[in-house]
Amino acid sequence: MNEKAKKIVKQIFVSAVTLGIALMLISGCSKREGGTGSEQRFITIKGSDTMVYLVSSWAETFMKQNPDIEVSVTGGGSGTGIAALLNGTTDICAASRKIKNKELQLALQKNIHPHEVAVAKDGIAVVVHPDNPVKELTLEQLSKIFTDKSLRWSDVGGPDEEILVLSRESSSGTYVFFQEMVLKKQDYMQDAKLMPATSAIIQSVSTDKLAIGYVGLGYALAAKDKVKIIAVKADDNSPAVMPSDQTVKTGHYPIARPLFMYLNGEPQGTVKTFIDFCLSAAGQKVVTDTGYVAIR
Amino acid sequence: MKAAWKEKAIRLMLLATASTSILIVIGIFVFVGKEAGQFAIKPGLKELISSRWMPVSFQKESFGLLPLITGSLLVTALATILTIPFGIGAAVYISELARPTEREILKPFIEILAGIPSVVIGFFGLVVLVPLIKSSFGLWTGLTALAGAVLLALMAIPTVVSISEDAIRSVPASYKAASLALGASKMQTIWKVTVPAALPGIVAAIMLGIGRVIGETMAVMMVTGNAAIITASPFDSVRTMTATIAAEMGEVAFGSIHYRALFCVGIVLLLATFGLNIIAQKFLKKYRMG
Repeated sequence: MNEKAKKIVKQIFVSAVTLGIALMLISGCSKREGGTGSEQRFITIKGSDTMVYLVSSWAETFMKQNPDIEVSVTGGGSGTGIAALLNGTTDICAASRKIKNKELQLALQKNIHPHEVAVAKDGIAVVVHPDNPVKELTLEQLSKIFTDKSLRWSDVGGPDEEILVLSRESSSGTYVFFQEMVLKKQDYMQDAKLMPATSAIIQSVSTDKLAIGYVGLGYALAAKDKVKIIAVKADDNSPAVMPSDQTVKTGHYPIARPLFMYLNGEPQGTVKTFIDFCLSAAGQKVVTDTGYVAIR
Repeated sequence: MKAAWKEKAIRLMLLATASTSILIVIGIFVFVGKEAGQFAIKPGLKELISSRWMPVSFQKESFGLLPLITGSLLVTALATILTIPFGIGAAVYISELARPTEREILKPFIEILAGIPSVVIGFFGLVVLVPLIKSSFGLWTGLTALAGAVLLALMAIPTVVSISEDAIRSVPASYKAASLALGASKMQTIWKVTVPAALPGIVAAIMLGIGRVIGETMAVMMVTGNAAIITASPFDSVRTMTATIAAEMGEVAFGSIHYRALFCVGIVLLLATFGLNIIAQKFLKKYRMG
């Protein structure tokens, strides 16, 4: 018995040590020299979860055209991506929000010069359960739903039931954008459930009749059979607009934003080739195909 | 002469590997403490004693730890309540009542349960358990502390079973023989003699199980809804300390107040697991003596 407990304690220690060593190795190895020129065969892209689908589709098409270059894509959130750029652990950071002033200052301290490229646009769709009778909401109603705990579905034209408010985690660029754009910089209510991923929001909205959540347009369109997309009115007198490629591009749909890539300094070498590809006609076709909105 | 030197070198090398863990534990405490300490200087520890955790805000950022601590406590307490009867029941059956073939089947399955990655358990929770809890309790959502607790219990049970089983099995046969000779039935012997004699080992098993529960992140994050509110109801959503660190660490700007606040959360968590381990060690020692 003592032996068993000891063994477990020992295992815990051993795995902690292994983990520590592995971490040291990783942090040691992943420091890459920036802009090594055309001989670079490997690009890493890290950042926004909203953009993972888009960026990995780009990477796939790009690698088909350039079989000798390898592109690796990871998510984690826009903030994670920017932190990685500042630490020099990624070549490109995908971000669904602009870099914050604080982050910019920190970058300059570390002698990193973030260079911004707008690569696509995205609409944020508000989704509810398919059985929910509510079809359209104004920005003001949405803001109330996400900030005011006492609001019920009956206040916005639904049944007399509570509203189950789902949000992304605060590490998400979508969280900050929605807060700024829809909540007009107010705080989310404390009872809002923070889901760790877009797929978790879709999953919950498709099973919870009283739920409301927000996800990137691409994800909402892909899950059209499981959730209902709400038409949004900019104010009481504006028409209700469904999010779509067209309405986001023309600016009629009110909850839309540009998507960025950040690099350290002007793009050069392989990274430039990749960015140029993203902005090319073929690259922008990938944008449309994956449910985002092209900028060119 | 040469052999002695070689022996010494090997000894030193082994000593170095053995003491790495001590170094790492100290290193972690120093590093986490350093960052948390800067929070204590500015804006001060008073910020942490508040019921509002709202680290990303255009109005006023708040770093109250109370909802996170109560969240972790609630989930852990519920998981412990679920783990104890299942863990001890299974341990008693396997060690005292199971036929050898049954034991051969049961033990490996319980060990497999311990090996399932927590993110897989979390996914199972989100897709199967959450809707189940919602419909069986008539709730408006299944994203609750209870869902997290059930998943955590699944993860703690294997630890509790295997350590308590060892404890029960190592109760001297003479105790049981004496009890049976006095006319006690098999069940009476198990509950009045064997289990009480193995109790310190069982308590240590539970403590180690709780240690696993309080530090678990992924599964909890996926099913508890992560709303930072103070509640005692198993049917409310909670945000645990581990989920907070995991979800927010990626986003914060290094060196910001939010970053340091997360280290304060880390310190609280470290102290909690540290305390649990010490208590478990105490019980194990007592068990060894008895």
